Formats: sequence, structure tokens, C-alpha cells
Amino acid sequence: MSLVEVEEANPVMASAPIAPYNSSPLGNSSSPNASRESLKMEPLADVAMLPGEERVIDKDIIYICPFNAAVKGKVFITNYRLYFKNTDSEMPVTLDVPLGVISRVEKMGGASSRGENSYGLEITCKQLFAFLSQEKYEENGWNVYEAMEEYRRQGVPNSEWRVTFINKNYELCDTYPTILVVPYKATDEDLKRVATFRSRCRIPVLSWFHKENHAVIMRCSQPLVGMSGKRNKDDERYLDLIREANGTTKLTIYDARPNVNAVANKATGGGYEGDDAYQNAELVFLDIHNIHVMRESLKKLKDIVYPNVEESHWLSSLESTHWLEHIKLVLSGAIQVADKVSSGSSVVVHCSDGWDRTAQLTSLSMLMLDSYYRTLRGFQVLLEKEWIGFGHKFASRIGHGDKNHADQDRSPIFVQFIDCVWQMTKQFPTAFEFNERLLVVILDHLYSCRFGTFLYNCESARESNNVRAKTVSLWSSVNSDTSLYINPFYTPESSRVLYPVASMRHLELWVTYYIRWNPRIQHQQQSPVEQRYKELLVLRDQYLKKLEELQLSDSTPSSTHLTNSSTPNAATPNQHITHLQTPF
Amino acid sequence: MLSLGSVGAKSTKPSFVSYVTPEEIKLEKEPPKKLKHPDLLPGEVEFCSANPILKYTQDDLSQRGVFGTLFCTNFRITFISDEKSQEETTKTFKNKLYGENDIPLMFVDHIYGVYDEKRKLITGALVKNKYPSKIIIHCKDLRVFQFCLTYTKEEDAKKIFQGIAHHCLEEKSLKCVFAFSYTGTPSPEMQRKRETILFDSPEDWTQEMKRTKANCRLVTENENFELSQRLPKYFVIPSALGDLFSYQGKGFPIWCWSHYSGCALFKASLPPVTQEDGDFQKHFDIMINAVAHNYLYSAKTEDLSESLPTIQDIQQSYNKFKQFFLIENSTDFWLSDMKWFSSLESSGWLDIIRQCLQKAVEVVECLEKDNTNVLITEEEGTDLCCVISSLVQIMLDPYYRTLMGFQSLVQKEWVAGCHAFLDRCNHLHQKDKECYSPVFLLFLECVWQLVQQHSPAFQFSETYLTVLSDSVHMPVFSTFLFNSAHHRESVLKHQRQLSLPSTAFKTPFKKGFFKDETDSLKKMLRVKRLSRWMGSPDSTAAISREFYESWQQRPLDYHGLLLPCLDGPAVRVWMQRYLRWIPEVHILGGGSVAVMTKLMELLSQVQDLKRVLEQRDSSQAAKPDHRPYIQHRLLSFGSSGRLPSSFPFAYSRNRSFKPIIPTGLMQCLMLTDSLASQEDEASSFVSLV
Repeated sequence: MSLVEVEEANPVMASAPIAPYNSSPLGNSSSPNASRESLKMEPLADVAMLPGEERVIDKDIIYICPFNAAVKGKVFITNYRLYFKNTDSEMPVTLDVPLGVISRVEKMGGASSRGENSYGLEITCKQLFAFLSQEKYEENGWNVYEAMEEYRRQGVPNSEWRVTFINKNYELCDTYPTILVVPYKATDEDLKRVATFRSRCRIPVLSWFHKENHAVIMRCSQPLVGMSGKRNKDDERYLDLIREANGTTKLTIYDARPNVNAVANKATGGGYEGDDAYQNAELVFLDIHNIHVMRESLKKLKDIVYPNVEESHWLSSLESTHWLEHIKLVLSGAIQVADKVSSGSSVVVHCSDGWDRTAQLTSLSMLMLDSYYRTLRGFQVLLEKEWIGFGHKFASRIGHGDKNHADQDRSPIFVQFIDCVWQMTKQFPTAFEFNERLLVVILDHLYSCRFGTFLYNCESARESNNVRAKTVSLWSSVNSDTSLYINPFYTPESSRVLYPVASMRHLELWVTYYIRWNPRIQHQQQSPVEQRYKELLVLRDQYLKKLEELQLSDSTPSSTHLTNSSTPNAATPNQHITHLQTPF
Repeated sequence: MLSLGSVGAKSTKPSFVSYVTPEEIKLEKEPPKKLKHPDLLPGEVEFCSANPILKYTQDDLSQRGVFGTLFCTNFRITFISDEKSQEETTKTFKNKLYGENDIPLMFVDHIYGVYDEKRKLITGALVKNKYPSKIIIHCKDLRVFQFCLTYTKEEDAKKIFQGIAHHCLEEKSLKCVFAFSYTGTPSPEMQRKRETILFDSPEDWTQEMKRTKANCRLVTENENFELSQRLPKYFVIPSALGDLFSYQGKGFPIWCWSHYSGCALFKASLPPVTQEDGDFQKHFDIMINAVAHNYLYSAKTEDLSESLPTIQDIQQSYNKFKQFFLIENSTDFWLSDMKWFSSLESSGWLDIIRQCLQKAVEVVECLEKDNTNVLITEEEGTDLCCVISSLVQIMLDPYYRTLMGFQSLVQKEWVAGCHAFLDRCNHLHQKDKECYSPVFLLFLECVWQLVQQHSPAFQFSETYLTVLSDSVHMPVFSTFLFNSAHHRESVLKHQRQLSLPSTAFKTPFKKGFFKDETDSLKKMLRVKRLSRWMGSPDSTAAISREFYESWQQRPLDYHGLLLPCLDGPAVRVWMQRYLRWIPEVHILGGGSVAVMTKLMELLSQVQDLKRVLEQRDSSQAAKPDHRPYIQHRLLSFGSSGRLPSSFPFAYSRNRSFKPIIPTGLMQCLMLTDSLASQEDEASSFVSLV
């Protein structure tokens, strides 16, 4: 028997295949019974396979469902997924697990080793399906994000900020994108010198520009101060250029780490910006813990929700995982960044390498500050820019095609970020154009390897592996049917800064993601309120249409200014009402 | 208004001196203003007042003070600001009977006095000569008020403090409750909508039996409370039950509700305990037989005092629980944020809610799946019996999920059913706390869980439940003011004389809460009765889990059986009720209010369109439409401002859109783990210099 543990909160337990000679009475069944069974197996052949998906194995097995009893059925393994469907009983049991999702395959039951099956699974994992997929979509999701276009939307370049192509061959920094925005007054030579003083050459570059007060969010890695407390005049001058750009009196540097960790980093050559070296800057530590702490925290969370959800001691168990406390720290860090920028001061955000906590903080504060990122498109741009573009190490953190389960590099940093976004959507149910489903789909395909979007660690690796040409983007799939991901309550408010409340009173466990596989947790595809709202929208459109028809038949010129808007957000209801009432 | 800057994280105990200097006060005080007086309700009388009083407000993340006058009347404590109030904006948030600075006397839970920076709980007797520099009032609706008396003339301060302490804390007689002085008449709309069945007439009960096709007998012998003063005026019993007079008004099954299959739910107080074991057992057997005779000769009984927490447990748990919401300043808020979940759990309140719902599900299973009659028993039969029987009826009968149905249920099981509201709510501030317990609130909490999980199945909203939970302490209404039907009648009969024999106010029934020698006897008897209970706790949990799961697998029918999910994450804190006054948690333009606003907007839009279309249709017939336009409070607020998540209770003045930044973060996550000190990329850190 083998245990297949699935990354994300979706563990699966399956038994080893039952050989035909097995003593199971069902397996040796008489002919009529068998024929019925074979009839039942017929639909299995109809499993809708993705273009490019090929069947590798299919066998009869017993699936040990953690919630019910053992279920007999048939398993398929393709180059994309493990698919199980039961063959007996009235209640349908199906499993559909993309192989990329499987985090660990464990042998169970000692001597009668049937390891070949699990071994097979691991090998399959390595053939990243995304490269074999031949799915076709109307839109090419790889075009969702164009760096230049996005910077122009923000109002960059301008007299204070310029675009540099110094990294076009990834020579300055191999984990950064090719297009970077830097202070207008900083020359490319300056940048090269600054790079020597920043961990992995990840120099401070612009992430976001505030159109009104011209304050900016800069991101980078830690300075290489080291034990001796080294200084670098170029780095100091460079940060001062950032400060000067909009006349900020004191540049705020947000170090995402706890103070002690930043100090400890000096031992390995890193560190933080000291007071004496950076006189016009103030340093704030945001106390967010490292990737290892986050990994263990999520592991603990899995333990309390699987296989059974803790009942009477649920709250203290939840607290002991610290998962929501970490969420609180990340959110409150982002709130501080957003608040500072919105008050007109420029900020620099970094952690150690500037690709985990830094990405969380910059992208969350941008989500708070810029309503564009709260649209379906804008959110895709945000992910492409801050996470994929600036080199969050997806491959290492998720462990795509990697067999080392206990890898120290793995950590659910991106999951944590999406959880933070979900918390924001819960607190502001009308502020986001996309719904919870999008967030779940993103996380599903973070692991599934069906799309190329989250493959590899950085842009240079993606380029050398030709990901854009060889794989399909997740956004191709999402944007081909946006209606699935639209929040009907969305009300655009362009200039609004969104500050969530980072208190445990409001933070809650994302049950519909972490515990969605549990049959006892209620799954409403759509909240009843949402359903009702959609029904009313349909009704309103029907009435509007009918009214328009009536007015056309009247052919009264006075009624022509009635606006018929079919989209929920096109006009405020007050406008509607006045328009409608004037003719009568 | 004096803006006093952010205190927040720095000082744990903000003192008065740090807020305002006496110089500022003088500036503020001239020119002298004429004293404003509160708008009194009909029958309301002003007792005393004091000026200037500084009231602390916690808006906008800084502690501020507002000067004004503090009044004490026979209805409330009220504060009137010297500043002009923002009438327009606060209108939407206004309760019809009391404003944001009104504390009806019965709302007062505890009063604390600050003497030389030390906080003391004020009990009525303690108040003689000294008065505190600051009084802190904790209300039963979880508001917290802080008033500073140091700027007031000594005699005024003493007078107002003693007045408040006397009228709020001293044990008083029922006649002093404002409801008896209130002379207001119900508004026309209140009179028009009298669809709630009060269950104070034989017809109401006959109608209810007809509705549920019950095969039981209406008892009218207690019309003049000759059977018992603790029994309802009218009630229904199994047809098989004979002469009632031998029961001493105790220990016979009272019908609650009939399932469509014919089986029914009954509740009973325990039979009178005598020294003879046999008597009790015989009595009990007759009771079960009578119940069983109702349908197919089957019955199950459940002693709720065995399987559920006692009312003292309930009170203790709630006392702990509510402390987490009586937040006085930002520092306290963020300190308590760290251990929030474990604090909640330690109170056990959510677990009591879960246990009640679980028990109700078990009873539902008996009725729905096994079609057996169920008899629930309890010492008095008017506390947990009311909770469980009401919950069972809500789960099984969609009528009780309508507004009128729900109110009728409260009348049937609680008001006419003789739940001792006066004692349980401790309306009269009796020092003897033995009988105080928030049983009715516990019921509302359970209903809220159901509403939360299945909102479309209910005609009413959580806001209705929150307001109802406040109304229990609203001395304008007499609904929740009495201990029994007999109590109500006897008091109201004498209402004009208001000179009741003192015995009428004495709580006639406290026996159940005393530990006396009969207790051990009862324990002994219960052991013998165990065979009749529903089974051992372990197996029932497993069985009802199965019952829940099979229900869950069927498509959800909002007009059919409704069961709660009781898993850890599913039982939640009633955020609206408990967090509504805490500014730190208000989300401006967010929360479920934002969605409801959108829904209301669209709804009124659709209804306007419908009206326009109908008018066009009927224009030939020239039939004028007299129906009123939908005017909803949510809409009247308009799109001009965003509603805070605390709507319609607390109005957030946080207009600056500054975020709330948690303080004391590091303390909450001191990880001693070795992982915490590890580096992100342990494998390869390359120094480039």
C-alpha cells in the first residue's frame, strides 16, 4: 500500500493495486457480476483528457478514503494526473490529482512491497506536463504583462525615473528581469557599483510609483555589510537619490525580517542599513519570519485539519500553528508600507534576498494602493511583475519536478501571499473584480504543472528553457472564460486606498481552500447572496429590455435618453432611477 | 473637540493628566454655554446632572475627550455633548429608543471607579463620601463608556456619581423599572403589525395544534393558576395523561411541537422528589407512557441537566467570554489580539453553543429519522428545555424561520412558556447571583449560528438577532420582564396601584439552584433512569455525525430540515454583536454590509423598474399606484459615504482613512525555534565582496 500525500491541503490515500489473482471475493466474481463491472468501467474511458495528455497506467485498486471506508475502483495515471473512479457502490467517488500536486509518495504495509507503482509516480512527476500540453486558447496569456506598458501606466519613465536596459542579458543580476526602473540621476556605472554591495546583485529598483505624490516603492536585497560593518558610498548615494526624487525628507527602509535575524545575517556577509551610514533614512523591521518557519507553520496547519478537523479544541489548535499570526504580520507590514507611501514618503523594502518576504510586502501594498491591481487583469499583471518577473523562486519553493520532499528550499510563501489576498477580499467584498475561485485556481495550478506560468525560478531560466513558446500560460485559460472569475459585487473605486484590519478578530482560516476536500465542510459553489444578486441582475436586465422595447414602440423622443446598461457597475443606481423616472 | 494625540502603544494606563491641561479647559469653557437637556421619553424623569464631564472617545485611533453634561434619569444615563452633533450622519445609525450616548439603566452591567489611578469595582453599598476621578461603565450590550469627573464641581460630581451608582447598582423593586413609568403609546405601525401569536389564549394553542396536526389535549384548568403559578396559563399535554392535580404542578409532559409523522416533542420539569424512590419512578413511568402513547408507542427521554452544562456553568462561561469584548483602549485591544483564539476557547462559550446545537440535532434525529416521541426534562423545565425545544423547532419547521414565526416561537416557548426572564437577566440587580444566567442569549447565539450557516433559510437577519439581544434589557418593553405568566398577570393587574405585596416580587423558584440534601437522592435516582436515555455520549456523537452527513449529501432545501455544521471552524463568534463597538475592527466600506448595500441598491432598482412597467401596463385602466416607495435605511445613507462594517450600530468617525497598525507585534511571535534563526538560503550564501 502506498500513501500519496498531496501538497496543498488535499491529502489522498490509495492502496496498492490489487492483482487479478487477489483473493478478494469481488475480484474473483462470477461472470454476470464481472460483466456488470466491466460495463461500469466503460465511462472511465471517457475521462476528458487534455490535449497532449497520454495514458501511462491503469489498474484496479482499493482507495482508502480517509472519510469513508475503502472504495474499490480503477486508477489511471497519465502524464498529467492520477485519476481514480470507484466501480462499485451508489455513491460516486472520484479523485483527480495532477501529478505535480503530489508532494510525497510513501510506501505502506511493509514486506509486500509494491513500490514499483510509487516509483513510477515519482518519475512521472519530472516530466513537466506543461511542456507536453497542447491546449489551445483564444488569447495568449503570455502577453498579459508587458513591463514597459505597465511602467507607462504607472507614469514612468519621467523626469525623476528612467528605464534602464543594463540587465538585458542578465549581466547585472541574473534573477532580475531585463527592464528595470531606476533614479534618473543614477548612471549605469552607478548601478554596477551598487550591485557589488547588494546580495545577489539585487539592487534597489522601482516597483511602484504614486502618480500624485511621486513617492515610490523600491525593492532590493540586503546590503552586504558583514561582521565588519562595511560601508559603500555608492549604495549610500544611490539610496539618497531615491529619497531626493520626490523630496522625501527621510527615506524609510522596511526590513521584513525580525531585528535579531537581520543582525545574525551579518555573520554570513549580509546585514542591514546602519544609522550612521544612511543618515537620511530610517530603518523599520517588520518582524516577518523566514521561509522555514512558514513551512513548518503550514505543516502544523495540515495536521489539525487532516484527516479530521479538530472540534472542541479547534481554536487553540489553530492558534498553535501560528499560521494566522504570520498572515497578520505580513499584512500589517504591507499596511505600514502602503501608509507611508500614501503619505508621500518613498520606501525601500527588502529582506535577505528580496524574493520572498519582499515580494509579499511590495505586492500586497501595491494591492492596497492601486485599484488597478484589484481587477482581474491587474492582478495577473501584479503576479507577473512582482513574483514571476522579479524572481520569486517558484521552482525551489514548490519543488516542481524535484524528488527531494524534505528540501529546505521549499516553502509556501506564495500560498501565504494568496491567503493574504483572500483575507483582503473577505474584508472588502466589493473592492476586487475577481473572486475566490481565481485564487484557488491559481494555487491549484501553482502545483499542477499544467501551465508554464509558475515554472522556474526567474526570468532568465524561463527564457533559456523557452517557456513562453513551449508552454501555455495560466492566463490563457483564465482569460478565455472570465465569467467564472468575476465578482458580481465589484464596485470600482479608482482612488481608494484599501487598508485591511490586521487583527486576529478578523483573520480567519481559509476553510474553502485548506479544508475543501473534507466532505463535512459545506461547499457552496456560490454563496446564496451572490446567487440572489445574479438573479436580480438578470431580472433587471429583462425589465430594462422590456422597457426599452415599450419605449421604442411608443417612439416618444423624450424617452430615448434612457440608458440600458447590462453591466452591473456601469452606473450608480441613483442615476438609473432618475433616468427612468423622468419620462413618466 | 480636543484632539489629544495618539496615546496608543506608549502608556498602558492613560491617565487624565496626560489628556488635557487645566489651562485648555478654561479656554474651552468660555463663553459659558446654556445647559442642554435630553429629549425625554414620555414618562421619563430627570434625576440629576453634572457639567462639565469629559467623555472619552476612541475614534480616529487617538484618545480624545468631549466635554458635555451627564444626566441620570429614571430610564437612562445620558451624555450630551457641548458640541454640535452631526445629526445628518448619525441619523442612519440611531436606535429608535436610545442614542449613542444613552445607557438605559438596565443595560449597566458593571461600573468601575478610578481612584488615584486604581480601578475599583463599584458596588452599590460602597458609595458614600468619596467619588472617583473617572467612572467606567460596562454595558450589557458590550459598550464601554468612560467619563472623567475631575473638571466638575465636587458636589455635582458626587451627586451624579451617587445617583448613577444608586439607580444602576442598588437592588430595586420591579415597580421602579422604567416600563411602568413609560407612558408612550405604540406607534401606528407597531399596532398594525400584530401577527405574532402571543399564546395567551386557548385559540392560539388550538390553532398551533391544528397547524402541526397534533393529537393532544389543551389544558385550561390553569386559567387562574390553580394548578401552579409556574405553569403557563394554557398548555397542551398528551391525550393519555389523566388527572393533573396530583402532580403538584410538576413533572408532567408539556407538548412543544408535532412532527408531520405524528410523533411529538414534549418537555417536562422533573417530578417532585419524595423520600420514596418508588414514587418517583412510578411517576416517571406514567409520564413516559403518556408520551409514548402519542404515536406508535415509542418514546425517548433525555435529561438535559445531565447532558448539558448547568445554568451556572453557562453564566460563568459567558462572564469570561464577554470580558474579551469590553475593550477600553487600543493597547488592551492589541494585547488581547495575540492570544485571541485561545482566550475565546478558554471561556468555553463556543463549546456550550456547540453542545446545545448538538443536543438539538440528536432530538431532531429522533423525530425525523426514528419517528419517536421525545421527552426532554430538566429541573424546572424552563431553561435548557426552552433552548433545545426552540432549536429543534427551528431546524424542523420552516415557519419558525420567518420573522413572525420566530417571534411566535419566542412567545410560545419562552414568554408564555414561563422562562424566568426577570431572574435570569437579573433586571433588578439582585445581589443573590445564583439565579442569573444568560440562557435566552445562549439560545439567540445558537440561532445566529444557524442563520450564519444558512442565511437564505431565514426571513430575518443577524441584525435582527443583535437588536433582539439588546431588547431583552430594554425597559420600555415588558416582554422579557417577568418570571412567568402568573407573574406577568399579577404585576400588570396591579400596575396602576403599584403597591404590590412584596412576596409577589420574591422569586418563587430558586430551589433548583440550591444544593440541598435531596440532591444526592436525585443523583441516585438518575443512575437508575440512565437506561432510558438516548445512549452513551460516544455513540450518539457518532450516530448523529452520520445523520448530519446523510442530510448534507442531499441537496439543500431551505424550506425543509436544516442542520448546523458543528466542526471546529463552523462554530463562530457572533462578530456583529460582540465587535460592533470596537473601533479597531471597523472596516470602512467593507464587511458584509458592503454586499448588503449592493444588494439593496439593486433590489430597489429592480422594484422601481417593475413599478414603471406595471404603471405602463395599467395606464389604460388608469389605476393609480398607492404602494409606498421602498425606503431603506441603507439606501438613505446614499453613496456619499462608505458604511463601516459595524453598521447599523456604531458610527465610525474615522474619516482620515488612516490604517490601523497593530502594536506589540513581536511579543506575539517570539519563536524559540531554531528554524527562526536559520537563513532563507541556507545552502548557498555567496558573498560578492
